[in-house]
Amino acid sequence: MDKPDTQALAASRWMDKFGGRGKLIQILIIAFLIMVVLPLCADIFRLNLYGKYLTYAFVAAGLVLCWGYGGILSLGQGIFFGLGGYCMAMFLKLEASSPENTAIQSTPGIPDFMDWNQLTELPWFWQPFHSFTLTLILIVAVPALFAFLIGFAMFKRRVGGVYFAIITQAIASIMTILIIGQQGYTGGINGITDLRTLMGWDIQTDFAKYVLYFACCGALLLCLLAGQFIINSRYGQLLIAMRDQEDRVRFSGYDVANIKIFVFVAASVISAIGGAFFTLQVGFMSPSFVGTVASIEMVIFCAVGGRLSLIGAAYGAFLVNLAKSSLSETFPQLWVVAMGALFIAVVMLFPRGLAGLVDDYAGPVRRWMKETFKRPQPAPAVEKKTAPPASNTSPDSAPILSAQESH
Amino acid sequence: MGGYTGEELTAIFLMQGFSGLSLFCVFLLMALGLAIIFGQMGVINMAHGEFLTLGAYITYLVSYLASDTWPFLLDYYFPVAIALAFLGTFILGYLVERFLIRFLYNRPLDTLLATWGLGLILQQIFRSVFGPREKSVVLPDWLMGSFQASDMVDIPINGVMVVALTVVMTIGVFFLLYRSRWGIKVRATTQNRAMANAAGINTEKVDRLTFALGCGIAGVAGAAFTTIASTGPTTGSLYIVDTFLVVVFGGAASLLGTVASAFGIAQSQSILSFFLSGSMAKVITLMTVVGILMFRPQGLFASKVRR
Amino acid sequence: MKDSKRKTQSTRRRLLAGLLALPAALALANPVFADDVNTTGLSVTDDTVTVGILHSLTGTMAISETGSVQAEKLAIEQINAQGGVLGRQIKIIQEDGASDWPTFAEKSHKLLEKDKVAAVFGCWTSASRKAVLPVFEKDNGLLYYPTFYEGLEQSHNVFYTGQEATQQILAGLNWAHDKLGAKTFYLVGSDYIWPRTSMKIARKHIENVLHGKVVGEEYYPLGSTQFGSLINKIKLKKPDLVFGAVVGGSNVAWFKQLNAAGLTFKKQPMLTISVTEDEVLGIGGENVEGLYSSMKYFQSLDLPGNKEFVAAFKKKYGDKAVIGDVTESAYLGPWLWKRAVEAAGSFDVDKVVAASPGMEWDNSPHGYLKVDDNHHLWMRTRIGKWKADGQADVVWESDVIKPNPFPKGYQ
Repeated sequence: MDKPDTQALAASRWMDKFGGRGKLIQILIIAFLIMVVLPLCADIFRLNLYGKYLTYAFVAAGLVLCWGYGGILSLGQGIFFGLGGYCMAMFLKLEASSPENTAIQSTPGIPDFMDWNQLTELPWFWQPFHSFTLTLILIVAVPALFAFLIGFAMFKRRVGGVYFAIITQAIASIMTILIIGQQGYTGGINGITDLRTLMGWDIQTDFAKYVLYFACCGALLLCLLAGQFIINSRYGQLLIAMRDQEDRVRFSGYDVANIKIFVFVAASVISAIGGAFFTLQVGFMSPSFVGTVASIEMVIFCAVGGRLSLIGAAYGAFLVNLAKSSLSETFPQLWVVAMGALFIAVVMLFPRGLAGLVDDYAGPVRRWMKETFKRPQPAPAVEKKTAPPASNTSPDSAPILSAQESH
Repeated sequence: MGGYTGEELTAIFLMQGFSGLSLFCVFLLMALGLAIIFGQMGVINMAHGEFLTLGAYITYLVSYLASDTWPFLLDYYFPVAIALAFLGTFILGYLVERFLIRFLYNRPLDTLLATWGLGLILQQIFRSVFGPREKSVVLPDWLMGSFQASDMVDIPINGVMVVALTVVMTIGVFFLLYRSRWGIKVRATTQNRAMANAAGINTEKVDRLTFALGCGIAGVAGAAFTTIASTGPTTGSLYIVDTFLVVVFGGAASLLGTVASAFGIAQSQSILSFFLSGSMAKVITLMTVVGILMFRPQGLFASKVRR
Repeated sequence: MKDSKRKTQSTRRRLLAGLLALPAALALANPVFADDVNTTGLSVTDDTVTVGILHSLTGTMAISETGSVQAEKLAIEQINAQGGVLGRQIKIIQEDGASDWPTFAEKSHKLLEKDKVAAVFGCWTSASRKAVLPVFEKDNGLLYYPTFYEGLEQSHNVFYTGQEATQQILAGLNWAHDKLGAKTFYLVGSDYIWPRTSMKIARKHIENVLHGKVVGEEYYPLGSTQFGSLINKIKLKKPDLVFGAVVGGSNVAWFKQLNAAGLTFKKQPMLTISVTEDEVLGIGGENVEGLYSSMKYFQSLDLPGNKEFVAAFKKKYGDKAVIGDVTESAYLGPWLWKRAVEAAGSFDVDKVVAASPGMEWDNSPHGYLKVDDNHHLWMRTRIGKWKADGQADVVWESDVIKPNPFPKGYQ
């Protein structure tokens, strides 16, 4: 009797680190949907598209962390998505520009757009991207460093809320102008195109697309788990506390800025991973994913899914993009209006997004099921430990309206 | 600077100064409305650019009517167009406040998203109504051409008109805010909403009129701006990021700050673009502003808003 | 399920049609069965063939791409009225690229892999073409690309019906040098690949061939509307010719401000490679009076092929419709494809591609043209001088120029 109990306790403790059994089951459901159901239902063409949508789920999940939980709305997540994507694209481009492939250029061995812009040697910041290992490190490190610098400068001076949103938006705008203007180094408005192989492996074959899709799913699930872990860690509790009553947290002796920097960096790293997978699956990267419009669309993915639910955000990113793709096929004019209406509706009618709707409607059902099929299990320890997640969701979601009031 | 004589450099600075002025006017007219709205209500109006576009389209319509139907009116339509542009955007602003913004007070980040959505819808409406092509107004003769101040210095008349209009609008707003009864109400609401309410000010009404007024100013900006550039469905949205930066840089809710920051950003961008490429001038200016904001987040002139 | 149903239906129909057509088939040498003219599984039936149109209907590029869509639809309608291609009526599947490059790639995937279209007419910006290029090469599709562009590209799967940079630029600069006596040049463009590459070619040509001088080179971000500084610099440098490649909405602001600043084209000659009738519609004829453009096509061209084309276009889209260079290039696409298919006697992409080079067309709207081995077209370049009514007088015309997308000495 004693032994299973401690085991169950250990298991549930372990699960609590990720938000409890309920959340883990939800992640399993996502895993089942994207890794089993979708591949069975869709051909490779559709699946590749779905893979592209899922890369936005990374960004949306990042936004849940920093916006939903941290109260920091970044309108520049495209920057990090783009940095990750560009890092990957630079590696692939260098591989595609081997001296043999580019023999017709005046300077063989450098990317074609550099040759057109009369560069005769590879700029220094392209050098590291000869190595795949370094590229993988840089995909995470560059956005992390950049986010840290922005976060450090702003949060240490207590810039927040609207100001932070506007400044990140300006930075996104600067990045776009810079990338377009420096086309000899960046490929300009065309972006970095014509990416075909990864370490000699053709990424355009159907098989490669399957592999990349599953890799992308795997990474997304890991990021969701990591996000759940952060939310349910001590940091997560502090985040929520800070979002709702920043001064009280500060007076309790915590350095609020550090928490914000941490969550902002985490969000940007997750976005960057999404960006890297985007490049791999779409086969190019261009400044249109860095700019202000792309960035704010990413916010709506998150808002539709539910800004307080990592899992909801993943669904949101996927569904909005799916709707965008199918609506724009049938009613191209209508799509823009629908997108605009979605922005307004999600803010005015269901600020907690899909996740909120599910909670509202599924909550009572779940409770009813629980009551009806109550297991006669007299294990108070387990009961106690599984209770928090259920009650966890409501305090999280309740202060949504009051949360921003404090600013 | 190599190759320019002293006289040429003076001419450059004069003319660059003037071309900076026209950018300054756009920034200022856009930012005035934004600053009032943001300062008083904490609302981030991302659709502000679309109000500018609407003003420009109204001007286009009036000019089209004038040149097509009543050609003899062509010389005089412009003041009418400005008035109509103001009226049209004022009414739309009023409606938007009544049916959208009102529900989102105290949620600034949400107003940002909702107004962005509104902006998208307006853009698509413009596209359906006016077509995706750029529209260009027919200018009356008295707005064409330029004064020749010296051999090298030409001052375009439509530019002068835009500057004059901006000055008039700014002074008007100043008087409204600081010398009128309504201004007292607005400032009272800005500084302490609860107290203002308690003192018998109908803050809801003040809010609605303030929002509508801010949009109306954007409409006038559109009317002025379409005389020196063109109007397409996305014209206004090109300026929205820059203008927000102007507002934040100036210190929200500070009229003087907004003027100063619009002037600083426009002039430095204009002067820089003489020596660098247009892209780099913009990048450097924006980066400097962001840099300064990181050290001085409250902007040039700190606002006295209680948050 | 649906697919298999459709397949059985079509087999049944094909059998039936085949039985009925048997005597006819024996009499005619022409292939009648879809399978004979289509061995690669394209969407071709006995009486229809499906093609794709892929342009932006929404977003910032919709402004520019509308004309191309109209021209392509007109051409297809005319071809159908004449009996179609190899006796098959052309059906169109239109997709919206939404001014977004991945969307272009996504839709081209769809057109080629799901719809199995026999050819695609589409793309406008270089960026969108670059985005779809790998897709067309992988799926062995066929793209007809209408815009004049920077060159530096040649693909088995793409035909470029507009001019590549050297065709448009070199003839124009030579003309300015010979006829206007231009020695000093000021280069102005929007900041992206086409203007930059074009200006690079222009600079090399001016410095190495014309032995002139480039006194300034300037790029402005797309959508920029503040040209005061540029105008001031031009005033100071007083070049013999301003050579411009400003695109989109910027154009309107640029010419308005030039005019307002007192720089009329009489005082300051200017040659552009980016202003067509479409742009003038937005800019206003009065703002470009006296400006020169270097293009292969102007709506006012006095050629029999053009008169027919303009009449048909206005009949379909209204009297106020204007036709610019790209619109005309887009119109060429379906016709060139039809000719190539009929020459090849097959819809197979490889056969169509093989049949194309060397094809000539004497009476295209812009006159004689020939398809080169490098998939670009031989054609003339013209200099048009704009009038206040928004049309251009053609003041000069070159010989037929061979396309040279990888110009030696200009890279």
